[in-house]
Amino acid sequence: MGLLTNLRDSISRVTDGLFSEAEPKRIGIYGPPNAGKTTLANRIARDWTGDAVGPESHIPHETRRARRKENVTIERNGKTVTIDIVDTPGVTTKVDYKEFLDHDMEKDDAVKRSREATEGVAEAMHWLREDVDGVIYVLDSSTDPFTQVNTMLIGIIESQDLPVLIFANKTDLEGSDVKRISDAFPQHETVPLSALEGDNMDEVYEKIAEYFA
Amino acid sequence: MPEATAPDDDAVRIDLISGARMDGLTSMEKIRLILDTVRNGDIVVLEEGLSPEEESKLIEVTMTEISPDDFTGIEIETYPHSHAKSGGILGRIMGKDEEAKKLTVIGPANQIETLHKDENLISALVSRK
Repeated sequence: MGLLTNLRDSISRVTDGLFSEAEPKRIGIYGPPNAGKTTLANRIARDWTGDAVGPESHIPHETRRARRKENVTIERNGKTVTIDIVDTPGVTTKVDYKEFLDHDMEKDDAVKRSREATEGVAEAMHWLREDVDGVIYVLDSSTDPFTQVNTMLIGIIESQDLPVLIFANKTDLEGSDVKRISDAFPQHETVPLSALEGDNMDEVYEKIAEYFA
Repeated sequence: MPEATAPDDDAVRIDLISGARMDGLTSMEKIRLILDTVRNGDIVVLEEGLSPEEESKLIEVTMTEISPDDFTGIEIETYPHSHAKSGGILGRIMGKDEEAKKLTVIGPANQIETLHKDENLISALVSRK
């Protein structure tokens, strides 16, 4: 009995060790509102698990609560990484419900949306300090990346010593300028892609496997 | 913590806060000072800015205080990062954050608008309350 118990404990310790080694990395998808974070999260989740993460929309703050897709295993070039994708609300320093009224929304719905958005951003900022192992920072390559929020967020991520990949999304748009993004943040690798069209996803997965494995 | 009151309701007060004064405060005291001033409709100019951790907490606390028709958040501007970190590894070991030594302007989102920003100039338009 004692021998069996010892054997069971030994096996348990070994398997616990294996599982802790293989524990998925929590990769937060951060960026400003409307950069295409949820579209990218859905693209990755669908490609590797068959399921989406959440609804997409052109209205700012469609994602008001972080959504997590667990155990997404990505394999590229002999490297395998299992990640939990955490799709976060777009980070901003201001939320005004009136901007939602422009999207044919009633005042009550707009106020509710802004309340949920502020709670979601606060939560995402807290998690950035406490709960993520790496960051995918998504930017809309057709807009100016030199915003204060982007500069602050990249600085905060760097101060946490978190591995970060910058994705220049929306390369399918006419005004897309990937170089503007790589020039803005030359200390990090910039990967161009269109999450909507699925362009350059091979390189996206290659870099995720390389950076977060 | 205002030392002087604005002469009339239409005036916009600007508080220029020295690095020495901020050095004596905890992170939450700094954030409280900034948000109380900004929520009062005034502008804060910090001589030395905030650390990344403090910036993160400032965004988080700002979000918890936003309310419809009252406070819509903050506008914040700092000179763009210089990628040449003169402090380097030694600076980090010594606890010096060169990136934090940047003048920062913070104001109510509905009253301040950045018109132009480069490495040497922040140009902002401030409307009355």
